[in-house]
Amino acid sequence: MTLQSVKFYQTGTFTVGNRLLDDAQRSVQANMRRTNSLNSGHRACQGCGEALGARYAIDAAMQAAAGRVVAVNATGCLEVFSTPYPETSWQIPWMHSLFGNAPAVAAGVAAALKVKGRTDVKVIAQGGDGGTTDIGFGCLSGMFERNDDVLYVCYDNEAYMNTGVQRSSATPPAARTATTMAVGEHPGNVFGTGKNVPLIAMAHHIPYVATASVANLRDLEAKITTAMGIAGSRYVHVHVPCPLGWGSDPADTIKVARMAVESGLFPLFEARFGEVTSRYTLRRPVTVEAYLMLQKRFAHLFTPRRDEATLAAIQETADRNVRTFGLA
Amino acid sequence: MFQVRIHGRGGQGVVSAAEMLSVAAFDEGRHAQAFPSFGSERMGAPVIAFCRIDDREIRLREPVMNPDALIVQDPTLLHQVDLFNGLAPGGFILLNSSRSFEELGLADLVGTLPAAHAVTVPASEIAMQHVGRPLPNAALLGAFAALCGQVALDSVAMAIRDRFAGRTGEANVAAARDAHDRVRTQMAAPAHA
Amino acid sequence: MLKQIEGSRAIAEAVALCRPEVICAYPITPQTHIVEGLGEMVKSGALTRCEFINVESEFAALSVAIGASAAGARSYTATASQGILFMAEAVYNAAGLGLPIVMTIGNRAIGAPINIWNDHSDSMALRDAGWIQLYAETNQEAADLHIQAFKLAEALSCPVMVCVDGFILTHAVERIDVPTQADVDAYLPPFEPVQILDVDDPVSIGAMVGPEAFFEVRYLQHHKQERALEMIPALAAEFEARFGRVAGGLVRTYRTDDAETIVVALGSLNGTVKDVVDAMRDKGDRIGVLTLCSFRPFPLAAVRAALANAKRVVVLEKSLAVGLGGMVSDGVRKALSGIVLAGHTVICGLGGRAITRASLTNLFQRAQRNELGVLEFLDLNHAVVDRELARLAQARRAGPTAEAILRGLASAAAGARSA
Repeated sequence: MTLQSVKFYQTGTFTVGNRLLDDAQRSVQANMRRTNSLNSGHRACQGCGEALGARYAIDAAMQAAAGRVVAVNATGCLEVFSTPYPETSWQIPWMHSLFGNAPAVAAGVAAALKVKGRTDVKVIAQGGDGGTTDIGFGCLSGMFERNDDVLYVCYDNEAYMNTGVQRSSATPPAARTATTMAVGEHPGNVFGTGKNVPLIAMAHHIPYVATASVANLRDLEAKITTAMGIAGSRYVHVHVPCPLGWGSDPADTIKVARMAVESGLFPLFEARFGEVTSRYTLRRPVTVEAYLMLQKRFAHLFTPRRDEATLAAIQETADRNVRTFGLA
Repeated sequence: MFQVRIHGRGGQGVVSAAEMLSVAAFDEGRHAQAFPSFGSERMGAPVIAFCRIDDREIRLREPVMNPDALIVQDPTLLHQVDLFNGLAPGGFILLNSSRSFEELGLADLVGTLPAAHAVTVPASEIAMQHVGRPLPNAALLGAFAALCGQVALDSVAMAIRDRFAGRTGEANVAAARDAHDRVRTQMAAPAHA
Repeated sequence: MLKQIEGSRAIAEAVALCRPEVICAYPITPQTHIVEGLGEMVKSGALTRCEFINVESEFAALSVAIGASAAGARSYTATASQGILFMAEAVYNAAGLGLPIVMTIGNRAIGAPINIWNDHSDSMALRDAGWIQLYAETNQEAADLHIQAFKLAEALSCPVMVCVDGFILTHAVERIDVPTQADVDAYLPPFEPVQILDVDDPVSIGAMVGPEAFFEVRYLQHHKQERALEMIPALAAEFEARFGRVAGGLVRTYRTDDAETIVVALGSLNGTVKDVVDAMRDKGDRIGVLTLCSFRPFPLAAVRAALANAKRVVVLEKSLAVGLGGMVSDGVRKALSGIVLAGHTVICGLGGRAITRASLTNLFQRAQRNELGVLEFLDLNHAVVDRELARLAQARRAGPTAEAILRGLASAAAGARSA
């Protein structure tokens, strides 16, 4: 009888791999000793990408830091749904100050720990795209520039979701938000606006920048783990679909995230001191349409008529990413 | 209380002069308060600094409206700023210039003051000679010590050394002593018409 | 040890003696010399076990202090004017979270129009944010108040602002008695946090609080300040016992026992007022001074006790409640509730306009002759005001007011010179 080797691609999933892997290779979440630092009982929506991403990220950080992590959170969905007074889902020391100052508050925590000689305790700052790319941008840049010893994790759901889906500088072109409605001559968010904070982080030449997605949770864990082993300012930008704000099916969150990656619209890469050091090459490329069609915030590109020009422009953006980051 | 007002331009050490004067008085165990009249940091703009000296705690915080002594570090201010406003009757004027009051057109003003209360001293030239830079403030403080008798030259020297380390300090002290001696000489000589 | 140093330097040395652990600084006139002094001490190694962080804005400065304080470090920053407004969100946040941060305010006017000189509009703008506010009369007191401030803040878990008149105090060189490290250590023990981000005992700080609990949380802040009314004099008494001089406390009275007219003021202005009062007393006028050192909490009982027997009160204010008049006067009036006496608010010194003995003497004499109105503006140039009002009435597109006034003053000065 000939033996045929079977390749298991999704070794990190519950369905196949974890029971076949030894302990060291298992994902953090598959490990019985995971800390569950963002514990159940929080008030996130069904299918919330941010809750998923945060749980994976913080637990990975806790494993890397032997359970000694302090988190500073900006105002936003994560902060609101995780701490509805008088309850908290956080099993770690956690602080929420303001919307725009998470990087600065985290820098303060790091300074205090340093002065007290607690080099064993690590600081994580986290915020949504609004708190990171807009109102917290000045403080973020200051933190990077000083190379404060903080890992900043941005959960990017591409709009101010907590306040009702308003446009941020992370909102993609053509997306419908409450402040970029799908009406008029140019429905949805305006083309030619927006900022790429991972690239801006790289421009600060901080030790580590990475993009990640809830489409690949092992990759997210690995990047957080890598970041936790580096001193100085580190930035991880996680793409997290929001079913409510994107108008996607809560059951489709991971699928939508995967489409964003495989279309080239959300490149996954790592960079050190301003230079890209690794990237995820697309395994099963899809057109941007396959991604956009899953979300009602882009429905106006398909009905009542197809907006070929806009679809082509978005495809061009994706193609440019593939070229620039070498994703093919 | 003895009140001093110092006029000059930004970059000439007017504020330092007031501070050093206050340190000299402090070194003699007296109370002294020195503060600037402020503008934004800019070289060349007119600057005023004040110093009050007293044997008791100084509570007053207004600018020096009625100076007992006026020190003018820059004569180009003469017809631009109202330098002599509020000068107390019986007050002192110390002017940085190699020219006389007559030549500067101030004979009448000086005439209202008691004898030997107004002197000109070429402080910038003295500073050039001893320090190599035309910063007249240390020399003027030496002159002030001689003119007003409020602080001793030795106290001024100590304050200068406190502010300027090493050779710069010594050079400035030499400039102060030089100016001090010249003023002493001038005060002893009969007044010119 | 006696030193002849700049007020800012005295404050820096006092803060350094308090063993701060995290100092964050963003430059703004007139506090710059304070944080520069501290920065140098840290960099040279004179001040150890202290992180000095150069931040990118005042908002970041107080935010860094918030994080550091929550992590258990004794934290300090300083600002003024536009800076305290830029960090306004964080000012409320620090008070609401109960973090014992000490911050120096180098009192400076707030624009527009932009102005770098002294008045109290900056600290007054945040007077209700929940911070304790102490005002220094002299640079010695400015230094001493910082030492008391750390102890007070940490005892109550409430942030404290020490207000020091910009330029007038910050940039004045005068005699300061700088305490010894041993004396400060004996007075101020190490920081023992009430709440702390600790991996061995995790807590969540800063959760959203809804209608069911917000009121109580906010009330408890108010309650803290009521406790401060007792703690402030107690700490001042302890300070006097250890350091041998009076500093701080809620209020100070000067020749008020038999005074008919009592002048109320905050900060360095009190010094000038006392000189005027002495001169007037020499001529037989019954006039005295009430110095408010603690403005928040507002010492209602102490103010009432000091003013109750006067015939008239003149409150000097270096800030203008636009549309109303006085801010300090509000508290004074509240303190005098039920007592009938003539009260006058005098707005003075805005934007750094000098307050002179001559003007004050004239003002107090007019007060004694019952010639003062309820709201007065000391040394306001009414001719300039009238001229500008007339100019504005002439055309709709009259142009900016500030520039027009300055232009008018400049040409008037030129005219005077050539006359």
